[in-house]
Amino acid sequence: METGIHELTAGYALDVLDDDERWAYETHLADCERCREDLTAFWQTTEALAIAAAGPAPAPELRGRILTAARAERQVVVPLESRRRRVAPVLGAAAAVAAVLALAVGLWATQLSGDLDDARLALERERQAAAVLADPGARTVSLEAGEGRLVVDDDGRAVLVLDGLDPAPAGKTYELWIIEGENASPAGLFPGQDGRDWVGLDGTVEPGDVVAVTIEEAGGVEVSANDPIVASAPV
Amino acid sequence: MRKQHAHLSDEALVAQVARGDEDALSELYDRVGRIAYGLAVRVLRDDRLAEDAVQEGFLAVWRSAASFRAERAKASTWILTLVHRRAVDLVRREERRRTEPLGEELPTGRGQESEPTDEAAWLRFERERVQAALKQLPDVQREALELAYYGGFSQSELAQRLGVPLGTIKSRMFSGLARLRELLDESTQEGSWKPEFTS
Repeated sequence: METGIHELTAGYALDVLDDDERWAYETHLADCERCREDLTAFWQTTEALAIAAAGPAPAPELRGRILTAARAERQVVVPLESRRRRVAPVLGAAAAVAAVLALAVGLWATQLSGDLDDARLALERERQAAAVLADPGARTVSLEAGEGRLVVDDDGRAVLVLDGLDPAPAGKTYELWIIEGENASPAGLFPGQDGRDWVGLDGTVEPGDVVAVTIEEAGGVEVSANDPIVASAPV
Repeated sequence: MRKQHAHLSDEALVAQVARGDEDALSELYDRVGRIAYGLAVRVLRDDRLAEDAVQEGFLAVWRSAASFRAERAKASTWILTLVHRRAVDLVRREERRRTEPLGEELPTGRGQESEPTDEAAWLRFERERVQAALKQLPDVQREALELAYYGGFSQSELAQRLGVPLGTIKSRMFSGLARLRELLDESTQEGSWKPEFTS
């Protein structure tokens, strides 16, 4: 088993894994120093494969087109929700890869800063989330607002996977909620990052509950007056 | 100012891009764009589509630079991953490659006479070094690596296409990449220039 998943390092570096294997590998990566070392080396080798394909230069206009497109995006300043809608279809899979890389190295970074209790707590939370995601019995609940999915295991532990959410604005945080009928209970805070977010909920969900995300002042609130920007279908 | 950027590492440039620095993006394009384009052409076999893949890949760099962490992956690797993923998405959409025969020769035969004269010497040297290393791989390993990376086939698609068990494909890919890494390490040592002293 250990050898089996270790072998996936090559496919991960080449980006040719199927989704479920990619998830399994990323979960494994967080705990396996050997795979992390091999992955670093394999990424390098993958870059050599790209160099082996080098040929004529692209048309000179390409660089200008890229810069113009980049500038156009920067000029559009819109609220978070509509911006996410605008960007998401364009981002697509490329952003998923970026997020994957960020996730993998994020976990390492967390492990490295072991002197902080916060980091340990965050890591523990990520481990729990990883366990839910790796649970073959877990089921996926779609989102009615926002992009991503909610993954719930048999014990009601839940992980919200979000794509294309921007980092929370300065002085703000994202807050998770478990909504049971009229009652919304806080279920944790997260800062958000570009690309894919991957957050475990505090507490458990019951069938019929809805999971939601709001933007709140840093530190979070017990009762929110804000509309959710993300909401799941009933669990 | 572009001049200042010339001294920055790729990783520092990505950090600048995360702050919205267009010149840093431009400098990254100058450094990695050509390799990215070559890779995209190899995957897509179409200049226009390859340009699209490179453009979208670099826009992804622009948008997600803040999520890049330099602890493990180099910035150039990260950028190439983004462009590669986009190229594979496009080739899957096109489906054109699917009808082409397997085991096609590497276009190593871009002869010296058609060699682009503006190609940086280091790139030509590196390309030839990697191609030489690739040729030394056992055929089945090279085939697995090339079909996966340049062909955009997933491991399970490859197993089906080549009619071998998925486990075999995984081993070939792992062994192939590990062997390629060794060969490249060896040739780096051989190729490094050392002054000769005669006494």
